[in-house]
Amino acid sequence: MKISREDVLKVAALANLELSDAEVDTYRGHLDDILTYIDKLNEVDTAGVEPLTQVVAASTDDSALREDVIVRADVITEVLQGAPDPEAPYFRVPRVIEK
Amino acid sequence: MSASATWTIPEVRAALDARKISARELVKEFYGRIEQRNAELNIFLALSPERAYAQADRIDAAIAAGDALPSLAGVPVAVKDVISTRGIPTTCGSRILEGYRPPYDATAVTRLEHAGAIVLGKTNCDEFAMGSSNENSAYGPVRNPVAPDHVPGGSSGGSAAAVAANLAVAALGTDTGGSVRQPGSFCGVTALNPSYGRVSRYGLIAYASSLDRIGTFAHSARDIATLMSVIAGRDARDSTSASVPVPDYAAGLERSLHGLRIGIPDDYFGEGIDPEVRKKIEAGIALLEKLGCRRVSIRMPNTEYAIAAYYIIATAEASSNLARYDGVRYGPRVPGATLIEMYQKTRGRGFGAEVKRRIVLGTYVLSAGYYDAYYLKGQKVRTLIARDFREAFEKVDAIVTPTSPVPAFRLGERTANPLQMYLADIYTVTGSLAGVPGISVPSGKTSSGLPVGLQIYGPAFGEDRVLHMAHAFERAGGQEL
Repeated sequence: MKISREDVLKVAALANLELSDAEVDTYRGHLDDILTYIDKLNEVDTAGVEPLTQVVAASTDDSALREDVIVRADVITEVLQGAPDPEAPYFRVPRVIEK
Repeated sequence: MSASATWTIPEVRAALDARKISARELVKEFYGRIEQRNAELNIFLALSPERAYAQADRIDAAIAAGDALPSLAGVPVAVKDVISTRGIPTTCGSRILEGYRPPYDATAVTRLEHAGAIVLGKTNCDEFAMGSSNENSAYGPVRNPVAPDHVPGGSSGGSAAAVAANLAVAALGTDTGGSVRQPGSFCGVTALNPSYGRVSRYGLIAYASSLDRIGTFAHSARDIATLMSVIAGRDARDSTSASVPVPDYAAGLERSLHGLRIGIPDDYFGEGIDPEVRKKIEAGIALLEKLGCRRVSIRMPNTEYAIAAYYIIATAEASSNLARYDGVRYGPRVPGATLIEMYQKTRGRGFGAEVKRRIVLGTYVLSAGYYDAYYLKGQKVRTLIARDFREAFEKVDAIVTPTSPVPAFRLGERTANPLQMYLADIYTVTGSLAGVPGISVPSGKTSSGLPVGLQIYGPAFGEDRVLHMAHAFERAGGQEL
């Protein structure tokens, strides 16, 4: 067994994810299967191999950076319409700073 | 006009030019079809009639005025629900974005509409594009129009099914590990996943940023060529969009395939492939040979490691991208005594099972002590898989494979074992990791009438080649093999 219930709970806490007891058990089993499968990668010799983080070659594009210009978006009303607890022009959240 | 007739892009144009139908009548026709079939097939999550009719009226006014029409004038299209549409609900198939209406349009949508296309609505998909069957949608699975007790594939199942059921002429989907090509194969339509960087992702709600791409579904490679000439190309709003020039894809379709070398990777025809799929793919390769292609046996030795590398990289990126859904700015909130508790409850209840599974896995592979063993190792193996493709393209012009090792399966048949579901992505995740374009084109049907898809990979930014090969394949009767 590669992964314990405690591992799942620790990771869920890192990800701000509430899981039921049943979910913890189910995911523990699934993750164990998946991580065991992923161990296949240990068969591959990657000594001296660079990691590939993205595939767009630098040579294909030289204009990734643009001038940082302020443009008025004017979407506050639209954006706040979708918020669960808006107080224009803010999003309200439970208290985070104690008095 | 039959209630289920297929329309292609040139047919729409011909009918408008001949004044056989107006754009408004055509939109009305498609909404009528959707009304008839959506309860059964569950393809559309939201419709946008106001916007569609307004666009149709603009096209009709242009026709009345005798103006030159843009290339997609009057073409009804469907858009996957992970692509932002201003003011139209965009949920990503998730409860956590229920009721969300983006304040802006994705660039791909803007470009389609600028070229005259008419957006009918948003299509169902696996939640946040995570899945291969559409069964992970919070709004219920899509049914495959070809065989309604079967899945349409995923994650862009709704978009593939919309085209297959003739509820749209074309559709946008997204492909991270096969999510355009595999549903295209399952539903029997043509589906292109273009090169990474070819189509702007501005407004695409991110799943795995180093892999996500916007792709297209249509009845033919010709229609996809027309769509691609509209949506491809550099966009200042997406720093990963490439400034590689966009050819007129349709202009290159009629070239001969004579002398093209097609690589058949031995490594792709091992265990796990359905015998009927194998038979149809062999027949498809034979057809390409008949059209003048030369078959070359190649090796892609790192293929068997692709699934493991993919699920590390994709879930790691997903765990980061999905951190933003926290009940503050959009979607429903589940109250909690503290901010953290509110986050945990909102995310715990807002996300479905597969998304939570991938967030947990992705967080695990990125966590302290495991980063090198999993995430970094996965990225190094990704380098080797990309190298397999690069070396193959030194010997061949295109690589031909099955799109999926299996045809569409029954709803519920494969939900119990997530790893088994992941393993079936083998032929598509390789190209996803390498960033190369891949097209799935119908290549016959199984004895029970389920479509089989043949995949053609080209080198990076070689969309013109895979489109012209797929076009010749279609013209030579590939679908009827």
